[in-house]
Amino acid sequence: MSLSDENMKHIVNSLSEEVLTDKLNFEFLKAAENEASRLESGLADLKDYVISGLKQSGHEQKLANFVLRRLPHIKQLHHHLTPEEHKKEPITYIRKSQLAWEKRIWKSLNSMCTELSLPLARKRPDKDFKDMNRKWSELGSDEPNLSQIRPVYAPKDFLEVVSGVKNPNCNDFPLYNNWGLIQATLKVKSLHELRLQYSHMSINQAQSGVDDLTRTPTDIFQGERNKLAKKVIKSCMAGAVQEFLKKGSPTGCRNQIWNSILGIEIGDEEKLYYDQLKNSVLVHDLLVDNLIYKDIKLTATNDDQYFVFEDYLYQVLLPFFRDLVILETIKKSTATPAKSYIRGKLGNEEYAVFYPPNGVIPFHGFSMYVAPLCYCYDDPIMLYYVFRAFYARFFHHLHCVSSHQQGILSLSLLFERLLQQIEPQLFYHLCSIGVQPLKISFKWIIRAFSGYLCSEQVLLLWDRILAYDSLEILAVLAVAIFSFRKTNLLQIQSFQAAEAVMNDLTGLKVIPLLQLTLFSE
Amino acid sequence: MSTRLKYTTDLDKSVLINNFEKRGWIPVGPDEDWNFYWATVQTVRSIFSVESGYRLSDDQVINHFPNHYELTRKDLMVKNIKRYRRDLEKENSPVSEKDEMGRYIHLDFIPTTYMLPADYNLFVEEFRKNPSSTWIMKPCGKARGIGIFLINKLSQIKKWSRDNKTSSFSAPSAKDTYVISRYIDNPLLIGGKKFDLRMYVLVTSFRPLKCYMYKLGFSRFCTVKYTASTNELDNMFVHLTNVSIQKQGDEYNAVHGGKWSVENLRVFLEGTRGKEVTDKLFDDMHWQIVHSLKAVSGVIANDRHCFEVYGYDVIIDDNLKPWLIEVNASPSLTSTTSSDRIMKYKLISDSINIVIPPGEGPDVRWNKIASRDNYGNYELLYDEELAAQEAVAQDAKGKVGRLSNKKPSTWK
Ligand SMILES: Nc1ncnc2c1ncn2[C@@H]1O[C@H](COP(=O)(O)OP(=O)(O)OP(=O)(O)O)[C@@H](O)[C@H]1O
Ligand SMILES: [Mg+2]
Repeated sequence: MSLSDENMKHIVNSLSEEVLTDKLNFEFLKAAENEASRLESGLADLKDYVISGLKQSGHEQKLANFVLRRLPHIKQLHHHLTPEEHKKEPITYIRKSQLAWEKRIWKSLNSMCTELSLPLARKRPDKDFKDMNRKWSELGSDEPNLSQIRPVYAPKDFLEVVSGVKNPNCNDFPLYNNWGLIQATLKVKSLHELRLQYSHMSINQAQSGVDDLTRTPTDIFQGERNKLAKKVIKSCMAGAVQEFLKKGSPTGCRNQIWNSILGIEIGDEEKLYYDQLKNSVLVHDLLVDNLIYKDIKLTATNDDQYFVFEDYLYQVLLPFFRDLVILETIKKSTATPAKSYIRGKLGNEEYAVFYPPNGVIPFHGFSMYVAPLCYCYDDPIMLYYVFRAFYARFFHHLHCVSSHQQGILSLSLLFERLLQQIEPQLFYHLCSIGVQPLKISFKWIIRAFSGYLCSEQVLLLWDRILAYDSLEILAVLAVAIFSFRKTNLLQIQSFQAAEAVMNDLTGLKVIPLLQLTLFSE
Repeated sequence: MSTRLKYTTDLDKSVLINNFEKRGWIPVGPDEDWNFYWATVQTVRSIFSVESGYRLSDDQVINHFPNHYELTRKDLMVKNIKRYRRDLEKENSPVSEKDEMGRYIHLDFIPTTYMLPADYNLFVEEFRKNPSSTWIMKPCGKARGIGIFLINKLSQIKKWSRDNKTSSFSAPSAKDTYVISRYIDNPLLIGGKKFDLRMYVLVTSFRPLKCYMYKLGFSRFCTVKYTASTNELDNMFVHLTNVSIQKQGDEYNAVHGGKWSVENLRVFLEGTRGKEVTDKLFDDMHWQIVHSLKAVSGVIANDRHCFEVYGYDVIIDDNLKPWLIEVNASPSLTSTTSSDRIMKYKLISDSINIVIPPGEGPDVRWNKIASRDNYGNYELLYDEELAAQEAVAQDAKGKVGRLSNKKPSTWK
């Protein structure tokens, strides 16, 4: 693909703008100063000297990693007259659906406030501040009264919205023959395109998650993978690391590999920032905190894989809902963060604040985005940043109506198309008894399978999300699971029976399933 | 297909009965002609007592060794392990090697322990070396955390011995003897909480030693955040991982019962600490189990009608060193959760498949090593015969391998 000059200029501009606001810029300046101070000869060589110094000290590589990380996420170039809202979401009917949906959940959040006579936010009394500070690492033992709190929305509610999104221009003339629920007309990849995209996962290539399943110590594959993993990590080349990850990570190196691709390094600045977020948790009690508490209690606390991490989840999620970095990401997406007004100033923009501060209203199951990460990171601050990076890069697409290729709408459509293509008989059978496959798979996709698969399998799956920089694998896996349970599904006659067949996924090994679906003829 | 076996059991546990019924075995009374008896330790003791005059025939199998308590009573286990170490040292075995501090490198796997009142003076001497250390007192004859308490001052021990001195002239019976062990005050914490491991080990023979390790063990978590603070020494929800204790707490969760699979633990440790240290931890644990069994193999009556499934309790400290806490002869077969029930059902099923190979009748003259197809979730932990053959083979090659470098897993 060749880029037009104009496009190229746009990309370079966007990237340099991003670098300037990143802490990388500061680091560079300091390093450059450092180099310059060592210069002995004349000033004439200064530039060359500093540049070669920066190369040697690994800063050039850091810049390359930064570019690699950001490049796929540069917003498309728009004509200067393009309206702001259009830049966020080019397709009008999708934009409208998202707006209507946001209105609905915002209303339901507000009516919960009224019903329970709870404020959206309040300052914590001094005593509570101190209590909470003292108990920061064991918040699970001292929950607020949650009996009245209910999740604002569940995947089921969201599926209704997603399946209701419809192009008003092609009302009664479906452009293609779709048996599924999704009516939006979006372009999604074909099986052939997916095969090319995921070619590294093909059966003739040894994979973590397949070839290391036997835990015999003599396993040559494992040994080799481990050695190679250490080598690429040491190289600090994010591109090489990402390439390596296409075949999955050995469990013992995953945290370093992910850090390298996500560009995560925890220094004083990160610790300070986290502390500020923590402090804002202590100062203000938000209604969303209760939602998070409730969500953790309903999911992770009762989950025999994740209950041990309960206290970490509070330490990650409560600060998360105050993080303005996330707000910036959300603002750029199709979503429009809700605003709340200081009491008595309704409608007065000067007194408007985003609510919750990060612009995200959690759905039931949200905490499961964090839980699997606890198997790789044993430090709340580290966990925080890894989760935040995952969220900003991937997960926020999963609960926002948009035309984005990674968005839930596209993924749902991709799922239905693939299933229809690969398993027409099964799809037809399910439809004929009134079981829409997406009604079963939607909850898996929206949670990126967390809480459905066993944790090790979730991590192997997320390896591939990160390596291929795409959520499309979620739709492929959902199809793969339907294929795998086909024999049983063909025998059932009701939705309940179908749910029962698909209820327990904890025994599945995802990589072989994906391979079967993608690469068998 | 062989004839339907006759079984009897003292325990009315569904995980047992369901297994027997699934096999189509026929229930009979303990006085009838049974082939398979899942008995309590008391029953086994009386069957094998001299007075009973009972003789088991070749097609009878029972689930305890006559004097398993050499391993499973807290005081006797310690005594036997201490003797085992001394013996190895006398033989100049490389396994008994010590570090510069005078500690065993490979055999230092139980916390320093004394019997009370017998070793009282020894304990005081040790305590004075480290006057602020914490110790844990456990009654020898009890279980499920009953009667356990922590101390960190000598005065507490003195008070205890005064309070317990009811009849100062009679010798202490097993009932009021205690063991006192150094408290592992730096346990590995996960999510801020203390846990211990329960692993199952099946022994089919002590001489030669043949044992299997069950892959589906679990860790048991405390419900309350751990603190080494001495203010909380009497808060048992912080210190004791027993399910029977934790169940009484407000924070107990009946869905998972505070149990986390060993597989999860492994993924977590590998993911957060790395593969090498995790592998070493599990290897160390396997070795400890083998050593503890070897330590009693000389004193256990190796009756060929017997097999036994032991529950090993292990605590891991924050240096990833495992400590053997105790061995249970009758690990609980009560299920706290549904996955617990499934796991215990499999445990019994897999154990039976090893001691009575499917499709064959019980025959105690077998060589005590099952065919690999019947391992289920077990893996061979140690086979002394096989190890001896390998040692001979290595000698022949002129490379005398040091036992300590060889992991049990190499014999799998
Ligand atoms: N030396 C020690 N250091 C730290 N914790 C210990 C130590 N010994 C025991 N504990 C804790 O106390 C609990 C109970 O101890 P132990 O298993 O020895 O006795 P028990 O529970 O009475 O016996 P049983 O397991 O047969 O019911 C252990 O599970 C462990 O959590
Ligand atoms: Mg115990």
